[in-house]
Parts: sequence; C-alpha cells; structure tokens
Amino acid sequence: MDAMLHRETKRGGMTDDARQAPDVAGADIPLLQLDALVKRFGRFTAVDRLALDIKAGEFFALLGPSGCGKTTLLRMLAGFETPDAGRILLDGQDIAGIPPHQRPVNMMFQNYALFPHLSVQDNIAFGLKRAGLPREEIKARVTEMIALLKLESMERRKPDQLSGGQRQRVALARALARRPRLLLLDEPLAALDKKLRENTQAELMRLQRQLGMTFIVVTHDQEEAMMMADRIGVMNAGHLVQVATPRQLYEAPNSRWVAEFVGGVNIIDGKIASRDAGRVTIATPDAGGIIAAAPLQALTTDQVCVAIRPEKVRLSAHESAPDDDDAGGINRLAGVIAGISYLGGQTRYQIRLDSGAQLRASVANIARLDLDAFDPAQRVVAWFAPDDCVVLDR
Amino acid sequence: MSGRRLFTTPARRAAVAPLLWMLLFFLLPFGFVLKISLSQTVIAQPPYVPVFDPAQGMAALKAAFATLSLENFRLLAADHLYILSYLRSIVVALISTAILLAVGYPVAYGMSRLPARWQPIAMILVIVPFWTSFLIRVYAWINILQHDGILNKTLLALHVVSAPVVWLSTDTAMYIGIVYSYLPFMILPLYATLAKIDTTLLEASADLGGSRLATFWLVTFPLSLPGVGAGALLCFIPIVGEFVIPDLLAGSRSPMIGQTLWLEFFTNRDWPVASAIAIVLLVLLLAPLLVYERMQRRQLEGRR
Amino acid sequence: MKHLSRFNITSLTLGLAFLYLPIVVLVIYSFNASRLVTVWGGWSLRWYAEFFNDAAMLSAAAMSLRVGVVSATAATILGTLAAVALTRGESFRGRTLFSGMLYAPLVMPEVITGLSLLLLFVAVNAERGFWTVTIAHTTLTMCFVTVVVQSRLGSLDRSLEEAAMDLGCDPLRAFLKVTLPLILPSVAAGWMLAFTLSMDDLVIASFTTGPGSTTLPIRIYSEVRLGVKPEINAICTLIIGSIALVIIAASLASKLSSRQGESAAPL
Repeated sequence: MDAMLHRETKRGGMTDDARQAPDVAGADIPLLQLDALVKRFGRFTAVDRLALDIKAGEFFALLGPSGCGKTTLLRMLAGFETPDAGRILLDGQDIAGIPPHQRPVNMMFQNYALFPHLSVQDNIAFGLKRAGLPREEIKARVTEMIALLKLESMERRKPDQLSGGQRQRVALARALARRPRLLLLDEPLAALDKKLRENTQAELMRLQRQLGMTFIVVTHDQEEAMMMADRIGVMNAGHLVQVATPRQLYEAPNSRWVAEFVGGVNIIDGKIASRDAGRVTIATPDAGGIIAAAPLQALTTDQVCVAIRPEKVRLSAHESAPDDDDAGGINRLAGVIAGISYLGGQTRYQIRLDSGAQLRASVANIARLDLDAFDPAQRVVAWFAPDDCVVLDR
Repeated sequence: MSGRRLFTTPARRAAVAPLLWMLLFFLLPFGFVLKISLSQTVIAQPPYVPVFDPAQGMAALKAAFATLSLENFRLLAADHLYILSYLRSIVVALISTAILLAVGYPVAYGMSRLPARWQPIAMILVIVPFWTSFLIRVYAWINILQHDGILNKTLLALHVVSAPVVWLSTDTAMYIGIVYSYLPFMILPLYATLAKIDTTLLEASADLGGSRLATFWLVTFPLSLPGVGAGALLCFIPIVGEFVIPDLLAGSRSPMIGQTLWLEFFTNRDWPVASAIAIVLLVLLLAPLLVYERMQRRQLEGRR
Repeated sequence: MKHLSRFNITSLTLGLAFLYLPIVVLVIYSFNASRLVTVWGGWSLRWYAEFFNDAAMLSAAAMSLRVGVVSATAATILGTLAAVALTRGESFRGRTLFSGMLYAPLVMPEVITGLSLLLLFVAVNAERGFWTVTIAHTTLTMCFVTVVVQSRLGSLDRSLEEAAMDLGCDPLRAFLKVTLPLILPSVAAGWMLAFTLSMDDLVIASFTTGPGSTTLPIRIYSEVRLGVKPEINAICTLIIGSIALVIIAASLASKLSSRQGESAAPL
C-alpha cells in the first residue's frame, strides 16, 4: 500500500511536470536558486538558511502563517531587503547586490501600489518608460496588456475610479508589461471578495500558462495555493519546512506541523510496537493498536504520531461492521457521535471514542436523501485503512 | 447611522456660541471697515465718524448714505505710493514663498525619510521655534545682523569681507527674517503630505525600473503637490500683509502695504484711508483666501 | 527602504541649525555682562536683575499674562464647541459661512483683523484696554483651537460614542464621558497654543488696546525699535525658557495620555 501512495504521488508529480511550459534557458539550470539565504531584523531571524530552486515556467506558491518570513523572502527577491548571508541566483547570476530598479524581476504589491496621480495607461507604461523603450513599442505593449487583462475603456481612469478587481488587474498589467523573468505576487487576492477571488485565481493560471512566465505567489490561504500552484513551499519561522506538489503536501506531509497546517487532521500520539512487511503497529493510549503503512522518511524515535485526514475516517453504525477491508477488522474505534456540522457537500462528525479521545470524520453527502446520516449520541464504529495513516515524528 | 443622527442635533447646538462670537467679532467689524473707508477724513480726536443713530429713522439712513464717498479709494488709485506699496507686498510675498519652498522642501523631505520613531521628535524640533515669540525671533536676527553683530564678525574673521557689510535695513535682512519666521508654516504641511505617501509606491517605482531621481520626480513630487499648495498659501497670504518683519528689518524707502496701513492709522491718524487700504488688501487676497479655505475644509472635513 | 542619504541629513541639519542658531545666540548674549550687546564681557545675570526692577516692563508682562490666560480659556471653550459642531453636526445651514469664518483668521493679515476689531470697539464706544484686547485675542486664537481639536475629533473612532450611547448614555453624557477624555490632550494643546499666540501678538494688541494698558510685546517692540538692548535679550530668554518648560511638560503629558489612549482604544 505504501507503494501505491508512492505511485500516486509520483503520478501527481508527473502530471505537474507535464503542465509546465518548456524550459527556455538550459533545461538543467533552475531559473532561480536560493542558497543558504539569511535575513535578520535585529535579533529576530526572519529567514533562516533557506535553500530553494525554482524552474522556469513554474507557478510556485509560498505558503505559511503570518510572520513566517514568506513576505521577507519575496522582498529579498524583489530587492527591497538585502540578505544578511547567502546567495540569490537568477539564471545562475547572483543578483543579491543589484538594486530593485535594475532587476529583471517585477512585483505585484499586496495593496497594488498603483500611482494615484497617474491614469491606468500611464501606470502600465511607467516601467516601460523607465526601460527607455521607443514610444511605439510602449504604446503597443500597453495596448497588449490592456487587451490581455480586459481593461479596455479604462485607460484614462485614475486608480480611485476603479473597482477592487479592476485595480488588481491594472497592478498585474503593470508588473507584466516589462516581461520580467520572474513575477512576484504578494497576497495578490487578499483584497478581493470570495467570488471575485475564485475567478481571479483561474485568470492568474491562464495568464501564467499563456505567457509561459514564472510566478512566485505569497499567500496564507492554503486553498488558494493548492488551486493555483504547481509546487508549494510551506514556510514556518523562517524555514522552508516542505516543498511539494499540492497533492504530496496534503497526502504525505513530512512533519506533524505541516499535517496540521495544511487541511484538517486527526493526530493520535503513540509508540511504535512492531514493524513488519511495509506495516508498523503503533500502540496508542487513545485508540489501542493502530496499524499503519510504514513511514516514508526515517523517524528519530519510537515516539510517533499518526495523522489521519477526516475524510479518510469512515463511519459505520454497526458494531460488527465492515469486514470487507482486506486487512480484516483492524483500526476500528468505537464511540458515540458528539457533534454534527452539516456543510452541504459534506458533513463533519465529532466522535467521542470510548477511550475519551476525540476523532473527526467528514463524510461526503453523495446522495440527496440522508439515508446514511448519523444521529447525535448514536453509537458508531470509526475505521480507517493502514494506507491512509501517515506516521510522523511527534 | 441612527447613533450619528442622535449626536447631530446637540452638536449643532454647540455651534451657536462660537457662531455668534465670530459673527459679532469677525464678520461685523468688516462692515465698519467698509463704512469708515467710505467716510470723509475728519481731523478730530478720535477721528471716527459718529455712529448711525437708528432713532432718527430712514431720513438719517439716507443722510448717512449720502455722506458715503469713494474719495479714499480714488486717493489710493491716484497716489502711486499706495500702488507701489501693494505691488511691493505682492512681489515680496512671491519671492519669500519661493525661497521658503526651496528651503522648506528639502527639510520636510529629510524629515519624512527619517526612521519612524525619529519623525515626531523632528516635528517637535520644527514646531518649538514657532511657539517661541514671533517678535523674539525677528529680534534675534537684529542681534545677528547689526553692524557689529555676529555675522559681520564671523565674516571678517574668515576674511570673506574686508569691512563690515550693512545687513540691517536691507531687503536681504527682511527676506532672512520672513523665511525664518514662516519656515515652520512651510515645512509642516509639506511634511504632512510627504509622510503620508505610501512607501510601497516608491518601492513599486523602483521595482518598475525607476531610479531614485526618477522616483522622486515622477512619484514623490507630484504626490506632494497638495502640501506645496497648502504651504505656499499659508505663507503667501499673511506675508502680503506683514508688518513687523519689514518694519524692523527692512529699510524705510519702500514700505510694504502693512507698514503703509500702520503709518496711516497710527502716525497720520487717517482712519478712513487706513480702512480703504485694508478693504483693497482684502479684495486682493480674496482669491487665495478662498482657495486656502477650500483646502482646509477638504483636509479637516473631507476624511469621512 | 528608508535609508537616510547624505543629502537628507545635510538638509535636515542645516534646516534645524537655521531655526535654532539665532535663538541660541540671543540666549547666550542675555548672560553678557557688557552693556554693548556685541562685546562679550563675561557671564552675568545683570540684565535679568534689570528686568525685575523695570516696573513698566513688569506691568506689561502681567497684563499679557492676564490677557493670555483669560483669552486662551475662552478660546478653548469656544473653539472646542466649534470643532464639535463641525465634526459631529453633519451639514447645517450656515455651515460654510461658519467654517469659513473659523479658517480665515488663520492666514488673515493681522493688520486687517486688528483694524476691523478696533473700528468695532470704537463704534460701540467700548473702553479700550484689557477686555478689548482679550476679546480680540479670543477671536484670533479660537480658530487655532478649532483646527487642533477638529483634527483629533475627525480621527476619533465614532463607534466609541455609539457604543457609549448603546450602553445608555445620552449624547451629552457620551460626549462628556467618552469623547472629551479622549480629545483632552488636543484641547490642552489648543489652550497652550492660544496662550502663546496671545502672549506673542503685537499687531492686534496694538490696534485694540487703549492708553495705559500695554502688553509685553508692545513694550518689547517699542524698545526694539530703538535698537538691541541686553535687557530685551534677558526677557526673551525668560519667555523662551518658560515656553520650553511648557512644551516639555506637554509632550510628557501627551505621551502618558497617548499610552492611556492606546490601551483605551481597543476597548
């Protein structure tokens, strides 16, 4: 079963690769290489010995809670912060010492930073004029950008005459107009309402494919990161804790912190009791013995935890329930329904196990009539497959 | 919304006392200035026209109107002493405002680029001299600029000049005094707009290839124009009517209009002419005054 | 991104030096023992003694202090009321005229304001002296108080007042219990500004005062016209010193109250 998960993630990785635009510069050199990058503010280390490679044409998301250093990292790439140590290589060249206005990197600011005294077209043309392009070229590119971002008939408006969504598109047009090697987006959708955000996510993905450009987006919204990005780098306290495709990140988190940060999860603490043939048995005080697929990475001690996503926990009303599992009657936990939240597409159950521990399960509402629904205080058996368990250091 | 409405009526009632005060002591007096400016000069002690007595009814009102004359305004137009005085005031105010901008802008810009925790201190440092008496500040320059004052001594010691230079009673001294006295009025509105400029706009400009100089001229300066306007008006309008500084520091050959008014009023005791001078000055300043008021209103009341 | 260039430091230093150097020179020379203002004759308090023996100067100072305290107090009350009306009264009839009358004196040449007030006082046959100067100063300085208080009121979160009313205050009590304590630092700043402006005014006081009631600036001015006198330096130093003390006290007080304000604001 471990092999299957492995296969699956591999497959995910391959599709991700296939989605990418073909490499422009030599196929082997990453577009951007970060090497042992450090940034301190006084005694606070915002970015700590961070290393990362990003390929040309990739849509990369930096995900993390606020204060994790993701914005500092982005600002170092743009040139607004100078690293205290380490290198930033763009196409193999160290750009750490180059001031922002000479870097082939552009940024879309979180508040958009549109020049309030300039019209839409002058905002878009700003960077092109600084580059000293001939007037016809500037005109052509501005027209192109206006068409690309559907800003026709807004050319002469000032930023304060635009809606939030329009402002966002002008900011994007302005940053894209210079055709940067790398486009940095700082929380690009944070200021938009939910509906607009979803449309704009699709729009950003379309633009990135169409232009074959490399995007790095900073976000604290995991759904947004998973929806848009080819790969996600999860940051915590200045460190890059995991870099993976969205699927790997969710199904194979490499630490308890990532498992808890990305999506909902049940964590059961325990101790490895035995290992055999791709399986481990974990003795837990809360849930008895749990049989799980052998962990992918080496564990430091026997003291481990088991992470199970709520949708992988299945519920059954009968004590004697499903024996159809090929493992045969393992990983069963009896308890009562302690809480129910109906969310439309799924229902979340809170189960109080007989041991007193809590377990969360979410069940997809695949039928309109609630034939499978459980009642409050109903006795149930929760069970899950060994392959759905991820064993991690505590 | 209803909470705000609840507050509205008592708040409006609060306007009564200050409104009456300003009507009585600010607006009404202009009526008297206008009236006296249209009256004949009387050589008397004090030289004012008798108050209109409402008890005498319409006849007296008509008689009062009949005595009104434009004689004083004709005098202002005919005697080029007055015209030159107005012209000089406006020229001095324009030149002073230009110097103030040139001196105040770099200081305000420097302040706005200070680390955030130093900015309030810099602001206090700029405001403190404004709280020390205006007269003292002008007087301080007399100390420095007089014949054997510190400036001449320094210049002589440095061998920049071989004989003491006459500073006092010159236009140079007057401009120094004006710039010195009004500098905080120029710096503060400039600083207020410069400090408000979102730094991400400057970063965006750098990100889009703007050098420091380009960023300044294309982003910072255009965005600071409201401050330039406010500072310029805040200095220009009162400088036109300035009395103390030219009186103490400039020569007496060509007086500014404030000095002329003072002279007519206190020395010549010609109140009607002084009033006429004030009316014309007010008319000249009406346009900048209205612009200034609109800016004040927008700044203080436009934020919500 | 906020690094200080050499240009910025230079312009700041030069600007501040220009503002302070003349005052420093004046203060130093007030301690000069020599009668000749420009010759240094060693340190001395002689001119301070001279001032405290100068009856005319002292009575002028007393007059200025009295006018300053009374006019600043009146101006603070009127100016705060005006600020409340302008920020909380929404739109009312005569509002434009009202705010116009309040903003115009800020820049109006003093000779015009002084002359017009004098003509009013003469027309109603008011006896010129303490009260006419006080009224004139109140008129001028209440406008400054209005602007100071208004800018604070404008930035005050109005949901605080709404919360007070929601919790059972009528508008007046909401103002007294919530708004007023929060704007108190700026009301105090307004009073001090009004006081110093009154202590400082020469032109309006010259127009509106009568024989026998001379204010300090009028007295200083008549001395200064005759040339630099060491005694004037001493008086000026005393004035600067007391203003400096007041400013230090005020900034300490506002620091304390802003700390309070910060902790109160989230509530």
